[in-house]
Amino acid sequence: MSDTLFTRRRFLSVGAAMAAATVAVQAESLVRGRRAHASVVDPRTDGAVVRSVCELCFWKCGIQAHVQGGRVTKIQGNPLHPLSLGRLCPRGTGGGGLAHDPDRLTRPLVRVGPRGSERFEAVSWEVALGTIAEKLQEVRRRHGPEAVAMFNHGAGASWFRHLFRAWGTNNIAAPSFAQCRGPRDVAFDLTFGADPGSPEVLDIAASDCLVLIGSHLGENMHNTQVQEFADFVAKGGDLIVVDPRHSVAASKARTWMPIRPGTDTALLLAWIHVIITEGRYQRDYIERYAQGLDELTAHVATFTPEWAAAETGLDPELIRSTARRMAAAAPAALVHPGRHATWYGDDTQRSRAIAILDALLGAWGHRGGFFVPAGTRIAPYPTPPYPSARPPADRRVDEAPFAAEPLAQGLRRATLDGDPYPVKAWFVYGTNLIQSIPQKAETIRAIQSLDLLVAVDVIPSEIVGYADVVLPEASYLERYDDLLGLAWRRGAVSLRQPVVAPPGDAKAGWWIAKNLAERLGLGAYFPWRDIEDYLRERCRLSNLDFEALKRDGVVVGPPRASTVEEGLALSFHTPSGKIELSSERMRARGFDAMPVYRRPADPPAGFFRLLYGRTAAQTFGRTANNRQLGELTHGDRLWLNATVAERLGVHTGDRVRMTNQDGARSEPVEVKVTERIRADCVFLPHGWGHTARGLRYAQGKGVDDGEMITKVDVDPVMGGTGMRGNFVSLQREG
Amino acid sequence: MRRVMIIDESRCVGCEACVLACKNENNVPEGMYRDWVVQETRGVFPEVSLSIRSERCNHCQSAPCVTNCPTGASHYRGDGTVQIDRALCTGCRACIAACPYGARFVHPDGYVDKCTLCAHRLDRGEGTACEEVCPTKAIAVGDADDPTSEVARRMRRASLYVLQPEAATLPNVAYVR
Repeated sequence: MSDTLFTRRRFLSVGAAMAAATVAVQAESLVRGRRAHASVVDPRTDGAVVRSVCELCFWKCGIQAHVQGGRVTKIQGNPLHPLSLGRLCPRGTGGGGLAHDPDRLTRPLVRVGPRGSERFEAVSWEVALGTIAEKLQEVRRRHGPEAVAMFNHGAGASWFRHLFRAWGTNNIAAPSFAQCRGPRDVAFDLTFGADPGSPEVLDIAASDCLVLIGSHLGENMHNTQVQEFADFVAKGGDLIVVDPRHSVAASKARTWMPIRPGTDTALLLAWIHVIITEGRYQRDYIERYAQGLDELTAHVATFTPEWAAAETGLDPELIRSTARRMAAAAPAALVHPGRHATWYGDDTQRSRAIAILDALLGAWGHRGGFFVPAGTRIAPYPTPPYPSARPPADRRVDEAPFAAEPLAQGLRRATLDGDPYPVKAWFVYGTNLIQSIPQKAETIRAIQSLDLLVAVDVIPSEIVGYADVVLPEASYLERYDDLLGLAWRRGAVSLRQPVVAPPGDAKAGWWIAKNLAERLGLGAYFPWRDIEDYLRERCRLSNLDFEALKRDGVVVGPPRASTVEEGLALSFHTPSGKIELSSERMRARGFDAMPVYRRPADPPAGFFRLLYGRTAAQTFGRTANNRQLGELTHGDRLWLNATVAERLGVHTGDRVRMTNQDGARSEPVEVKVTERIRADCVFLPHGWGHTARGLRYAQGKGVDDGEMITKVDVDPVMGGTGMRGNFVSLQREG
Repeated sequence: MRRVMIIDESRCVGCEACVLACKNENNVPEGMYRDWVVQETRGVFPEVSLSIRSERCNHCQSAPCVTNCPTGASHYRGDGTVQIDRALCTGCRACIAACPYGARFVHPDGYVDKCTLCAHRLDRGEGTACEEVCPTKAIAVGDADDPTSEVARRMRRASLYVLQPEAATLPNVAYVR
């Protein structure tokens, strides 16, 4: 190293700014040699490294965690894992802040005060599980096994889904369906016979034109997708962003379309109109693979760009030219299906319009569009068949006929009215129902009517405060979970394994489920000795090398054609065997066979539409108490248009309260005055405003958008809860 | 060899993974930062633009911190980086006042601290922690003297710029748009 000083004098013609400052460097470097090694310390890069799987969000990236003295010191992306490719988002990087959160649940708790009082006493696992088993049996005796509902989110939930299927209930719901992805998944399944999956099967890096409708990639940090997005931007891909807010993605777009909120379907129909009437769709592809083009052509005849311009506030020529740009790039063009799609209650239809547009572009199955993923078969561990159980209680006859999963808010409704049958016990795993289902007052009312509420969690979230029994779980860095299959360009299996020991008495989900099952007489469903025994046997049955999984964290399957360009033969698992531009299935259930635009209500005078969304360092509300992530920029301020702010006399940093159309009033929230949002809406980052006393760090930061979402527009197709139909006025504090 | 970091603004989404990776790698105390992200909005709705930059010590080739350090603690390492010898640092803050980039802070243990360009990692042939974690590959570190390196490729781009060129510090950290 000592000789390199002068070799770097070689001058590169990169402009004066980067030129070497020879004199200054030489003068100061005379004493450098004696302390070259004293100046740089290596604080924490040694120690054990364990490869595992992240759980800071649902993407499930491969990680490698470094450990020193029983603590996770840093977490990197696993370079062998296809979803992380050695890189990570901030949340995954800050996972140690969850494992070592001083507010962690560490003892089983039994409630001593009223529900919601957050008053508990610590008990043994023996007492906690015994209490739960006894109460569950009592509910079963009085109301049958289906009176037990389970709400879940995350990879660790599999043990409990298994347990409650064995118990005899189909009332197993995840808010990730009816409060999030549901409309999109249903719409794509109706159109292509498959949904975009999670992670979405998007070939973004290879695309030539990417259209984002409200999807703010880069603020939602779905690792692989953001990696490909950056490559797409860097190669000069044609990016079109439709968003009332100038998102980070919008800032990188060739065209940002600041659409009037809620009018996306009008824009989509006009794009379809242009592409069809100008004959710019992928003719061979549509002829070969799709049905319903004639019907669609007639349907969109009047949906001209001029018609859409009046609805969306966008320039009709821009609508025309953007349609032509995506058609020019097709089939390497991609209209992103979105993820959180429960906006206005007609979300399946809007998502259908996206799917139809993608079909016209030939995107499904083509390079630069949607690839068709390879899965990996993982053999089940042999256990007895599940008993038969009544259909879930979430829906009445003919309600939301295309719901692909039970509706979380439907189970809440059944809990309240007992129709079609009573629901008397909730078992909640990994989802903070108080924040994750809108209309919190209803949720609390339902909870107060229960005979039993059990919460399994790692931190004392709001739902924990209402539980009768709280079971403290080992975090994702402290436990094994079941093998995780990945459907991707190549199939893969990943392993979550312990990196450090759990705090106190916290136990892994598999241990909790198995021990509870044994107390419920369901031990036959958990016939293995311990988790390694289980995983080894499953690996053996699946021809997977368990030791390789433990070493590498992932086993990637063989390459396989995932696009037409790679030799894939396309097939569509719809009733017609084709892409269904017009949906007979929807028509048969009384819905429009093709999407129809319905104008959303405008905000009343003095009100703004409340928009909400992710920020880069937050996943729902569950990362808000993470002290590592808390060191990053607080994404908890309310975005307000600068012109409006001037009129209202509000400045950045001022605090305002929101009052919504139903009179609900928020806690004070700090304002971010910005030119990056339309004047008719405000934007609130989701997941803040925690009230649970145990979340000592998160408390008092931001406000909960859920408090302002008292009105829900339910999608009649699949039961999604549209949450963007709420309006707020602002009142200055102080 | 001249170690440089060239950051591609067009790739950066401002997620701050670089900030956290640095803090974990280098055990940076709570509330203190060796790197940070700046977002700048220009224009008026709807003609708006946003630039996002991950910032840190610029490892200047004409570094005011080195010139102003009375004890010789701040020094050129000879590889393009500027380092602080903790044993020689008295925590007098002259360098903090001199640095035009606000890159330095006083560590609770009494010495001045800042980005080392992860010299301990580079010496092992690894990238910096921020470069390694970055999901958008916005950050590239390498040898400016190697014309085949990613940093040299980026340095040939017309949009290359440094922060506060008027300070004439000749940074080894630069940006492309």
